[in-house]
Amino acid sequence: MTVVGWLQAALVFALVWLCVKPLGTHMALAFEGERTWLTPIVGPIERALYRLCRIDPAREMTWKGYAFAVVAFSLVSLVYLYVLLRTQAYLPLNPQHFGNLAPDLAWNTAVSFMTNTNWQFYSGESTMSYLSQMAGLAWHMFVSAGTGIAIAFALMRGIARVGKTTIGNFWVDLTRAVLYVLLPISLVGALFLAWQGVPQNFSDYTTVKTVEGAAQSIPQGPMASMESIKELGTNGGGFVNANSASPFENPTGASNAVELWFIFLIGGALTYAYGRMVRNQRQGWAIFAAMTTLFVVGFVVAYGAEAAGNPIMHAIGVGGGNMEGKETRFGIAASALFATMTTDTSCGAVNAMHDSFTALGGLVPIANMQLGEIVFGGVGSGFYGMIAFVILTVFIAGLMVGRTPEFLGKKIERREVQLAILAALVVPFFALVPAGIASVLPAGTATLNNAGPHGFSEILYAYTSGVNNNGSAFAGLGSNTYWNISMGIVMLFGRIAIMIPILALAGALVRKQSVAATSGTFTTTSPIFVVLLLGTIIIVGALTFFPADALGPIVEHLLMLQGKQF
Amino acid sequence: MVSPRSRSLFDGAIIGPAIRESFVKLDPRVQLRNPVMFIVEVGAFVSILYAFRDAAHGQAGFDVAISIWLWFTVLFANFAEAVAEGRGKAQAEFLRRTKSDTYARRINADGREEKIVSSQLRKGDRIVVEAGEIIAADGEIVEGAATVDESAITGESAPVIRESGGDRSSVTGGTRVLSDRIVFVVGTNPGESFLDRMISLVEGAKRQKTPNEIALSILLSGLTVIFIIAVATLGPFSLYAGAVPSVVVLIALLVCLIPTTIGGLLSAIGIAGMDRVLQRNVLAMSGRAVEAAGDVDTLLLDKTGTITLGNRQATEVVLAPGINAADAYRAAYYASLADETPEGRSIVTLCGPLAGIDPSTNGKLPDGATFVPFSAYTRMSGLDLSNGNAVRKGAPDAVRAWVSERSGGAATMALAGEVERIARAGGTPLLLADERRVLGVIYLRDILKPNMRERFDRLRAMGIRTVMITGDNPLTASAIAREAGVDDFLAEATPETKMALIKREQASGRLVAMTGDGTNDAPALAQADVGVAMNSGTQAAKEAGNMVDLDSDPTKLIEVVEVGKQLLMTRGALTTFSIANDVAKYFAILPAMFMTTYPAMGALNIMHLATPQSAILSAIIFNALIIIALIPLALRGVSYRPRGANAVLRENVLIYGLGGLVVPFVGIKIIDLILVALHLTGGHS
Repeated sequence: MTVVGWLQAALVFALVWLCVKPLGTHMALAFEGERTWLTPIVGPIERALYRLCRIDPAREMTWKGYAFAVVAFSLVSLVYLYVLLRTQAYLPLNPQHFGNLAPDLAWNTAVSFMTNTNWQFYSGESTMSYLSQMAGLAWHMFVSAGTGIAIAFALMRGIARVGKTTIGNFWVDLTRAVLYVLLPISLVGALFLAWQGVPQNFSDYTTVKTVEGAAQSIPQGPMASMESIKELGTNGGGFVNANSASPFENPTGASNAVELWFIFLIGGALTYAYGRMVRNQRQGWAIFAAMTTLFVVGFVVAYGAEAAGNPIMHAIGVGGGNMEGKETRFGIAASALFATMTTDTSCGAVNAMHDSFTALGGLVPIANMQLGEIVFGGVGSGFYGMIAFVILTVFIAGLMVGRTPEFLGKKIERREVQLAILAALVVPFFALVPAGIASVLPAGTATLNNAGPHGFSEILYAYTSGVNNNGSAFAGLGSNTYWNISMGIVMLFGRIAIMIPILALAGALVRKQSVAATSGTFTTTSPIFVVLLLGTIIIVGALTFFPADALGPIVEHLLMLQGKQF
Repeated sequence: MVSPRSRSLFDGAIIGPAIRESFVKLDPRVQLRNPVMFIVEVGAFVSILYAFRDAAHGQAGFDVAISIWLWFTVLFANFAEAVAEGRGKAQAEFLRRTKSDTYARRINADGREEKIVSSQLRKGDRIVVEAGEIIAADGEIVEGAATVDESAITGESAPVIRESGGDRSSVTGGTRVLSDRIVFVVGTNPGESFLDRMISLVEGAKRQKTPNEIALSILLSGLTVIFIIAVATLGPFSLYAGAVPSVVVLIALLVCLIPTTIGGLLSAIGIAGMDRVLQRNVLAMSGRAVEAAGDVDTLLLDKTGTITLGNRQATEVVLAPGINAADAYRAAYYASLADETPEGRSIVTLCGPLAGIDPSTNGKLPDGATFVPFSAYTRMSGLDLSNGNAVRKGAPDAVRAWVSERSGGAATMALAGEVERIARAGGTPLLLADERRVLGVIYLRDILKPNMRERFDRLRAMGIRTVMITGDNPLTASAIAREAGVDDFLAEATPETKMALIKREQASGRLVAMTGDGTNDAPALAQADVGVAMNSGTQAAKEAGNMVDLDSDPTKLIEVVEVGKQLLMTRGALTTFSIANDVAKYFAILPAMFMTTYPAMGALNIMHLATPQSAILSAIIFNALIIIALIPLALRGVSYRPRGANAVLRENVLIYGLGGLVVPFVGIKIIDLILVALHLTGGHS
């Protein structure tokens, strides 16, 4: 571990932290329909869109209406992408003349991008036409991120409003997320990345002769525009297979820092927007504090494990940290930081191979995802996943002070507990059950690259990544029809099966009357509450996976210490 | 009821039946109501089947041991519930004995009496009861007054007065008339009487899960499902790792992880909460009411009887200038001699000795004197003497008007400042005069009950606002409110303003509790979230409230609030404890499960448990014994001191959260050491 390593992490986090208030305020204003500095520019576009789509922005939806709109929109865009991928050969902007995708791969990819997962069982540079990348994948990067943000705001309204029935209008929220937040920031980001050297063109691939005389094809394409939203929307799907480890997607230290910054940017700002919406800024900061704690712990463990390296390698004279699967341009600290942040959120972009991390270093990304990606989290989804844990914590803590638990003046009763626990059930169910099936099914183990516990880690990682809509992988796992289909199902449920209970929760909370706070009400902003929240997240969220992790990364780590590896 | 109520926590008479009941409750249909324990029972049953299978290989010992301890886990949980229920049952039995069939004398429409069995009485029947007879049903007195022994219901041996009209007109079936004769109208049909309701309540026959208990059960069931997924998938995971998983070990892991501690004690906690209220001689009509009591934000307390000792008392007579003290005291004495109100009597007690009146003549009016009683119209009372002289005491303006009229316009404004001062200080000034002049002011003072200020401070620490309700004028009310230390007051209260206050508090999101006894309190009692009716009150009040205080002590409400809070706290604390326990259990069982496949896993055996078998067994035994160990806590409730919520939270997180993390590490290690000492480690491995 080096001073420079720590400084890199500190710099990135400082950038995130500095933007929490200004961006949070901007988002809260935009979503409440108030004037922001962007209104003069995007306001007319927004109104034109509403006129075109016949949306009455003043008409709000109940939670059922909202959920219906979300599901309908998601399914229609899923079909759209599927059709696009199945027909790209006949469509323009395909200089390399790539063929249509096979049905199972098209299904997997369509679900993957619709759900903000961006799990990639394909190599972008040898599979996707420019049209598919731009109008298919990148388009989903905007709207799936927008959907997440929209739901986060719907939940905030549910918490903030008293005795109402509606939680906002999905079409309006989605439009505002894209126009006021995602497009402007990613535009600036894309320009910056292009300046740093990320390609942005429609050219044919360049064929060059290497010094050894072999012919090599260099991919081209509209990369910078996709790269920026890839991080900002916590999508993570790379234009090329090597993702942010490739010099095209991530050419410099500066581009690496900006990409990291973008991953946490919106998730961090949402906590402030939340505080503003509920008119109690400390509520937002309490959540920010809990998230920051988990981030720091994860990074320290990952960085420590990677910097310590592998004793087996040390024994054969290769000293230092674990550099396997890492870009020498970035080194250990920036790789460990990227791995931590990309799994704290639902991003899943990588600048190093998680598969090649040490066991303990690789446990961090798995554990981050197993928590439910609530450390800043996927844009929107991280926030609402965190609120589900807050509800459970409030319920248990509230009982301990001798009152019916209250959260921001609203009583937490049967229905709220039911919905929060339902949302909390989704991750263990759709991660562990499919992993159990795959680990005994020949089709499931057929494409494993590694034996022993590391092979099991790859399976566990895949479904954990899928259900949490992360998209990063232990890349030792190859694709086949079984994996394409089962991962598609897991990703779909990981998205929809959490969104619906969350919206129902918003619908249940929005109807509630507010209860006056007295000194008999415990505050959800105190350090003790943050500690309790972390305890709930770790015991309810992470310990569920402890037995499974024990058979994967943990035993792997113990075996490595005994001089055995896979 | 006194005797069964003072039972200790574990009484032999309760333990015996409770043990029997623990086995009866093994019926899966009973267990199904509690999903967590149902899973344990299924696990115990399946383990037995595996024991039979493994017996063929001579390896059944471990399976049998696990199964036995799983059965114990269920039995211990059943036992906790049975003990909690047992206390109520003992009381119900006692009540039932008083409910023997009696005969009642019904007055028929033609005025003749008819003797019928009490079980045939119907609502609206007119019944006559005389000294020595049992009152056969609940009802309202319409004629006469009597002293009644209500000890069967209240446990209080001193007889009470019941009379027609007013707020002491209700009679309860099963009580006995000691003197006089009353006629009452039956208010309930058989099976619906207060005694019947009381029996079914204390017996817990109609016990329904409270809202909060339901929400907690959902949380516990959700956690159980999560752990079932985690453990069930370990099967295929270990197959992948090349280990054949033992079903019995998986069951053991599952039972250790699911929240059995709180799951096993949950219903006992609820029943015990009701019982604790009952021990304070308060009958809660539902568990929901007890729970709501814990949530109360605003407490409405009647001034008289709750904050102050019954009635006002005379403490001082301030003399008008130039008046002889003895004259004034004598006048005050005579003016009150025939006044039977408590205030009047307190004047007699104060002024008799001061006026030097011989105690033996006490209570005798001077010859030829006539008493002029108080009326709402004259607002004064006094005595007209045979010689034409007269004395009066009463509302200052009324007495002044009287003096002025009788004396033909004498100056009557003497002591106006004194009157004002007394009123401002929260007292009641009674002007004292004879037919010629104003003699002085009698200072009637509210006497605060002892320790009320501390009680209100405690309530404030809990976050509860106290509001004093009084019929006094705002000036008096504010003075008393200040002296007593309540947060707010409602002066010149009428049933309407009281109701409006409750609705206003509720609209701003507060839960309101109040006590009441009169029929005109009934609407407010019904509107309040927690309404405690006094047992001495009317039938209407008792029906409107959701609790009845058998001692008719309004300050009891404060204790009920504390019991309600304690109930929720006990649930929360044990839930936290139960969940925190899981960490240690993982470290006991996981290495034991996989040490044969991956010996490196031994590194996770941080407790250094002797063998895989002893590790798993120790965890299971700990899991079962902790239920027994926590039964006293579940029944008594966690210790409670009134403080702010954040302080309570910090302390409980420390005790039950941190304690829940640490205790099982120690406990499992100790059990393991004992197993080793007894050579029960299955130590072939």
